[in-house]
Amino acid sequence: MKYEVGVINYGIGNIKSIANILQKIGANFVVITNPNEVNNCKSLILPGVGSFDAAMKRLENGDWISALHNFAKVECKPLLGICLGMQLLTIGSHEGKKNGLGFIDAETVFFDREKMVERKKVPHMSWNIVSSEKENIFFDSSKLEKFYFVHSYHVICNDQKDILTTTHYGYKFVSSFSRDNIIGVQFHPEKSHHFGYDFFIKFLKDFVS
Amino acid sequence: MIPVLLIHNGGIYKTNKFQAPVYIGDPINAIRLFNDLGVDEICILDIDASKKNVPPNYKAIEDIASEAFMPLSYGGGIRTIDHATNLFQLGIEKIVLNHVVQNDTEIVNKCASQFGSQSVVVSIDYKKTLFNGNQCYDHVKRKTLKMKVSDAAAFAQSSGAGEVMINSVDRDGLMCGMDVDTIRGVSGVIDVPLVVCGGAGNIEDIQNAVHAGATAVAAGSMFVFHGKQNGVLINYPEEEQLEKYLR
Repeated sequence: MKYEVGVINYGIGNIKSIANILQKIGANFVVITNPNEVNNCKSLILPGVGSFDAAMKRLENGDWISALHNFAKVECKPLLGICLGMQLLTIGSHEGKKNGLGFIDAETVFFDREKMVERKKVPHMSWNIVSSEKENIFFDSSKLEKFYFVHSYHVICNDQKDILTTTHYGYKFVSSFSRDNIIGVQFHPEKSHHFGYDFFIKFLKDFVS
Repeated sequence: MIPVLLIHNGGIYKTNKFQAPVYIGDPINAIRLFNDLGVDEICILDIDASKKNVPPNYKAIEDIASEAFMPLSYGGGIRTIDHATNLFQLGIEKIVLNHVVQNDTEIVNKCASQFGSQSVVVSIDYKKTLFNGNQCYDHVKRKTLKMKVSDAAAFAQSSGAGEVMINSVDRDGLMCGMDVDTIRGVSGVIDVPLVVCGGAGNIEDIQNAVHAGATAVAAGSMFVFHGKQNGVLINYPEEEQLEKYLR
């Protein structure tokens, strides 16, 4: 295994800012553009911005789907989805018609403004607090931990045990989930300065190794 | 609280009433320091690009973005959708449109529909005039315009801006307190977030602006100068202090 982590470049999303923060914390990482390269990596990061169907189509056309399935579900190696990358790990999204990867039993829905106690603007674009919903290695519930969010859709977990953190925006939503070797975060740790450094360090030190 | 860094001749400068730029330092260094201080967001404005009628300096912006581990907004020389597309690809979260808006509000609309209004900030510079209140100011031609700042803010919102930033030319660089009357007036006519700039010298000034209706406060001098002699020192309030005054 040559690299601790591979960042999947499937032509969507801001790969650069993730590469920048991995560089900053001194990670042994590689940006990969070919599914064959996953075998060089101990773990993978699936980034993503933009629309659900466009991203799934890119994954299909680039032959990523079977490679990701094999990596995360057969070989059970660590996989981290960020923002749209988290949503792609779910069964599907209200944003599109395509099936998601379905690695986590969850769905992606639009922020329901009807449900909000205080009507908030969508997209949710700001720093916000995450609160742990189960014991985990990433977040310390005794501390105030803030991350930067930019999204209009959020995840609903069918199995409550998968919920890692929740965040309030008009109502409480799932801001990260985890099951075994798979984790997804709705926020952008790569744009959340020291909260982000800590997150990636924990991912590499405690989750990957 | 958003530090605003003005780029001029490749360095960071701080102006005084939009004039007499003073050299502060190297942008990359400043960004690194602001990372360590844990700032919420940084705004980079190239004050030469529109004057020289040149597009954004992508290489310089890329270098800055690669060191910025926080949300980053950029303004200066953005005139087309292609300019905006390039900036988003470099890792900019929001674009700031200022000068172009005076001649072409269509660009605001186009950017908002393509990238989402949350990524489009319209910034308006204004000056107090003797008889007419607060009028918009053109920093390229260096003249006050007929339009009032509150009308311009409302117009920016209706054109698709997801955020409006107003900047008091009279208070720029003076750290003399913020223009709370104007902030109150403008916040009353728009629903989108209002970022205010000009005059912030300490955290009480910022608190006053927030009480007057500002969603966020941007400032230059306060975050780069320190002490009576205005020595250059990159600084940012501690989290506890922010909690106490602003949350």
